[in-house]
Amino acid sequence: MATAPDLQSLKVDYKRNPMLPWPFQIRRVKHETEDTFTIELQPSGDLEEFTFQPGQFNMVYVYGVGEIPISISGDPANPRTLVHTTRAVGSVTKAMDKMRRGDILGIRGPYGTPWPIDHANGQDVVFVAGGIGLAPLRPVLYEVVAQRERYGKVVLLYGTRTPSDVLFRQELENWRARFDLEIYVTVDRAMSGWRGNVGVVTNLISRAPFDPRNTMAFVCGPEVMMRFTTMELHKRGVDNEHIFVSMERNMKCAIGLCGHCQFGSVFVCKDGPVFRYSQIKDMLVKWEI
Amino acid sequence: MKNFIFERAELDNLVETLKRRGFKVIGPTVRDSAIIYDELTDANDLPIGWTDEQTNGTYRLKRRDDAAVFAWTVGPQSWKKFLFPPIQKIFATHRSTKGLDFPNSKKQAPQESPPIKYAFFGVRSCELNAIAIQDKVFLGGPFIDPLYQRKRTGVFIVAINCNQAGGTCFCASMNTGPKATTGFDLALTEILSDKHHYFVVEAGTELGEDILKNVKCTKATEENLATIKNITEQTVTQMSRSLDTANLKNILYQSSEHPRWERTASLCLTCTNCTMVCPTCFCATVEDVTDLAGKQADRIRKWDSCFTLDFSYIHGGSVRTSTKARYRQWMTHKLASWVDQFGTFGCVGCGRCITWCPVGIDITEEARAIRENQP
Repeated sequence: MATAPDLQSLKVDYKRNPMLPWPFQIRRVKHETEDTFTIELQPSGDLEEFTFQPGQFNMVYVYGVGEIPISISGDPANPRTLVHTTRAVGSVTKAMDKMRRGDILGIRGPYGTPWPIDHANGQDVVFVAGGIGLAPLRPVLYEVVAQRERYGKVVLLYGTRTPSDVLFRQELENWRARFDLEIYVTVDRAMSGWRGNVGVVTNLISRAPFDPRNTMAFVCGPEVMMRFTTMELHKRGVDNEHIFVSMERNMKCAIGLCGHCQFGSVFVCKDGPVFRYSQIKDMLVKWEI
Repeated sequence: MKNFIFERAELDNLVETLKRRGFKVIGPTVRDSAIIYDELTDANDLPIGWTDEQTNGTYRLKRRDDAAVFAWTVGPQSWKKFLFPPIQKIFATHRSTKGLDFPNSKKQAPQESPPIKYAFFGVRSCELNAIAIQDKVFLGGPFIDPLYQRKRTGVFIVAINCNQAGGTCFCASMNTGPKATTGFDLALTEILSDKHHYFVVEAGTELGEDILKNVKCTKATEENLATIKNITEQTVTQMSRSLDTANLKNILYQSSEHPRWERTASLCLTCTNCTMVCPTCFCATVEDVTDLAGKQADRIRKWDSCFTLDFSYIHGGSVRTSTKARYRQWMTHKLASWVDQFGTFGCVGCGRCITWCPVGIDITEEARAIRENQP
């Protein structure tokens, strides 16, 4: 028999209604690649700052069009600027793509679990990103770079479709120029002038310079890429407890009420999106869960 | 326990008293060949002299040869339509020459009319459990649904203990009925013999007891209580279906590739009926719609179902494309993952999904087939 929570103890607080978006103003739109763009926003209402933890996401609302979850891709050290990077694929992202400086978006968030980077102190850190999956990892990369001395080797393995699909190119080049970061980029299809790797990102794992017994891995990309990446990391000797993945599912509410983002027994919105691999590995290998 | 009895005629008085106390009294009534829940003008709106016949994919109302008020089980609707309406506006955003006006950008929260005070009249034990389950979903946190909370707070509940089992009921096996044990202000049991038509009433709260002061009651005797016990036992015996819940969660988790899913998928029409009639299903989608001038954009929340292709759509396609995956999701959620999420099954044994499935798929039968054919 189910017992109800004590209704009297729950006070109605409409000011903190988690279903209402806050207005944010666009400061800048930057086209990253042919189909991806980054928008920088600042609060335009009562909010002054927007703090978040790397790996969290927002619900982004375009007036009259719709609302979708998008991970935060900016620097957590800069709470005055909210940054989202996304691909123009659906009705909302396509509408966002047409927006300009000064336009208003609705934001609810931040939601979800962060990358547990605090647990990586003293260890090697490996980031594996596929395509737009680099965007949710960028905030934690900023944090690691800012506190570089805390970690052992820091490796980014990034795979994307073609050289012209490489996201955050300038930043990647800056990071690559540093001696204390290992940045490897691979593409599915190369063209003349590409001097990097060709092939899927999982191919890079076996040769990447990290100590698998003392490594935390953070993985974000298409689900099939994450399946093979986690397998490859495990094969290399990284404990499943030390691998973290960021899941994606359809979301309407982001607060665990709409049911859409269920992945087995977890809600991706409130229990994730970042999960310890060991927690979800049985579901990740099943189709259509 | 505070038990009383009152005569059938006093039922009208009970409805009247609730109305006088400012409640909007919602109860069962016959409409469009079904017993549904709607506002009661008085006790004459109740389905007096009606009963229902239910089995897989079948629901029929039948006239009884007596004037029993509650001698039927549950119809296609549940109380969830009042607490979690099928279509509900969440907020509105306005556009003017000054730009966009979000509800959160206003200095003061908008004045809201006081919430409707509902009295639910004739809530069965399975339904009480369903309400308690949705309370956990919407009010259990970490985030609380303010829309549900607003409607739920202060609801007065008059439960009715079942005196007969419906053709698709299995509440006894889900431990959710047929007698109401908690979560009500008043619980009635209807007793109808040749000479005497009366109700035994149990007050569950002080407010319930207070309301009874306006109804001509006498203290219930040991004999009255023994009669109720008999009625409950008889109702349990009548129940032809059961769902064995022992170790069910683990069995279902281990059965994601069970061949039974394919067989069920070959019957299932993914019509969403089971999720629409289910009193615990809570999935919803939102639609953002504007007026013709584009000056106002509303966000509307609507019931959704895990049986649609759209439900699991993310860029590039749906996660659950096959009917097999969608039926598996629904049933595994009800009987396994719900336990991990909310500490209870998502099924109360009301049998609606069996009755209203156009092809008659029976969740108790599905669970049994999977349990009995473990690899």
